[in-house]
Amino acid sequence: MAYLTDLKRAVGMGSAREGTEHHWAMTKSSVALLILTPLFVFTFGPMLGEPHDAVVAYFSRPFPAIVAALTLAVGFMHFKSGVQVLIEDYVHGLARKIAIILMICLSYGAAATALFAIAKIAL
Amino acid sequence: MADVNRGNRPLSPHLTIYRPQLTSMTSILTRITGNALLVAALLIVWWFLAAATGPEAFATADAVITSWFGDLVMALSVWALWYHALAGVRHLIWDTGRGLEVPVAEKLGLAVIGGSLVLTLITLVAV
Repeated sequence: MAYLTDLKRAVGMGSAREGTEHHWAMTKSSVALLILTPLFVFTFGPMLGEPHDAVVAYFSRPFPAIVAALTLAVGFMHFKSGVQVLIEDYVHGLARKIAIILMICLSYGAAATALFAIAKIAL
Repeated sequence: MADVNRGNRPLSPHLTIYRPQLTSMTSILTRITGNALLVAALLIVWWFLAAATGPEAFATADAVITSWFGDLVMALSVWALWYHALAGVRHLIWDTGRGLEVPVAEKLGLAVIGGSLVLTLITLVAV
């Protein structure tokens, strides 16, 4: 066992066939966010500090509501993949697994909460 | 894999050895800004949930997000957002195999820093 080469260890194991999936997911979501975030900044931004009924009325309109829903949903999926790489670089062992699972839960939880809230306001 | 010696090997990146450079600093800032945006994103989700819940809940969330601390977080996050977006464009350019030479990469780095500051000013004035 002590003299096994790296090649010998890998031969016959096959490939996972999804080595580029993570990078491609980041590419897709980053291009989407490049379009969505400016739209979100200039629709959500002016509403900060406005009274409650004005905010509800504004986000009852299709465009601001759809932009906000898409930005937060795609944004949290982009964050989920990005923070996973951060954790993989700096956290090791069991703590790495726990941290990645917690951040995935947080990302889906925040995205679902945002979608629920915006839908409730809009409908 | 039990026989593989996984200890005592030099590990990359050698953060303690390298002199800080424009390329490494702009790269590290991309990671910091991207992950730090979580704070603003969670504040915004809370603000939307409060707006959906009712006027009292909204008053609490709105008071926090428009306080001096909320304003500071939001202003810094606007810069973080533009910096991360422009740095992301730089990565999309690199992904096509272009702009990887050091002088070009450094120029792109300066463009990311300058562009993010300009866009932040425009946003803070316009919004």
